[in-house]
Amino acid sequence: MITVLAAVFNLNHPAHVVEWHFIQLSVANLIVIALMLVVFAMAIALPFPGARARATARRTGGDPK
Amino acid sequence: MSAAQTPKPTWTGRVRDAAVEALPPEKLLPDGQPTYVASWIYIFGVASIAALVVIIGSGTILALKGPAWWHYTGIGHFFNSIHLWAVELFFFAMVVHLWGKYWMAAWRGGRTRVWITGAVTFLVAVPTALTGYVSQQNFDAQWISTQAKDGLNSVGVGAFFNVTNFGQMYSYHVFLLPLAVVGLVAAHVLLVRRHGVVPPFELDRTALATRLPQDGGPPPAAPDDGDPPPGPTGVTS
Repeated sequence: MITVLAAVFNLNHPAHVVEWHFIQLSVANLIVIALMLVVFAMAIALPFPGARARATARRTGGDPK
Repeated sequence: MSAAQTPKPTWTGRVRDAAVEALPPEKLLPDGQPTYVASWIYIFGVASIAALVVIIGSGTILALKGPAWWHYTGIGHFFNSIHLWAVELFFFAMVVHLWGKYWMAAWRGGRTRVWITGAVTFLVAVPTALTGYVSQQNFDAQWISTQAKDGLNSVGVGAFFNVTNFGQMYSYHVFLLPLAVVGLVAAHVLLVRRHGVVPPFELDRTALATRLPQDGGPPPAAPDDGDPPPGPTGVTS
């Protein structure tokens, strides 16, 4: 398993970095930051399971559970 | 003043009265929350706490076995990896939660301390992680500590923290800073319980009424019959 993962992620080299003036970020960190932005957007945009049904039930006096 | 409200003669009694007044049982352990709490943003807050529990658990095992254990045993390496990835998830979830609460202006309604304890938890977690990286006892730790030493010296605080001193950094990492993080998280959760989750911004109904028909949506509801910003009484389990 470790051999398979090592074939996919070759870490036997210096980290790839992105440089812009004095800012220097590794590609790995940039990927994590991008993932956080994507997950944040999804957390805002995606409806929470059952929230609409509970709100409707509350308005109509039904069982909110 | 009733008998129940008479100040107790002992400090323990006074502390108990103050604690119960600040956080009565129904606030401390509520069985329902307002409907607006049904949001993914709060999942990430809970995920941060879950990750912190794993961090403390795996870190306790690593501390019990000593800082070199993970270098020469497979099980040690396993727990070190659990510790590392729990930290990654902790920061990931905490940052998403922090972004969400920032854009919700979660400090509204007397919740300044709720916001500050959350934000300071993030700030304290950064040196907690850094001291962990410099406690690895390998070339990675050596590289990070010398870079951090230059960084701390450049901002004038190098006299207070010697990041190349393993003993000092290890003490910070396994005791002082985790204690601060756990204390801040506990204060944050208790303050959330005391003040409640911040309600959403109120809709501008005038703007909504002029916009919805143009969008082809349903007609706007009457102000007293619509979906008002749910208050504390609009609870759901």
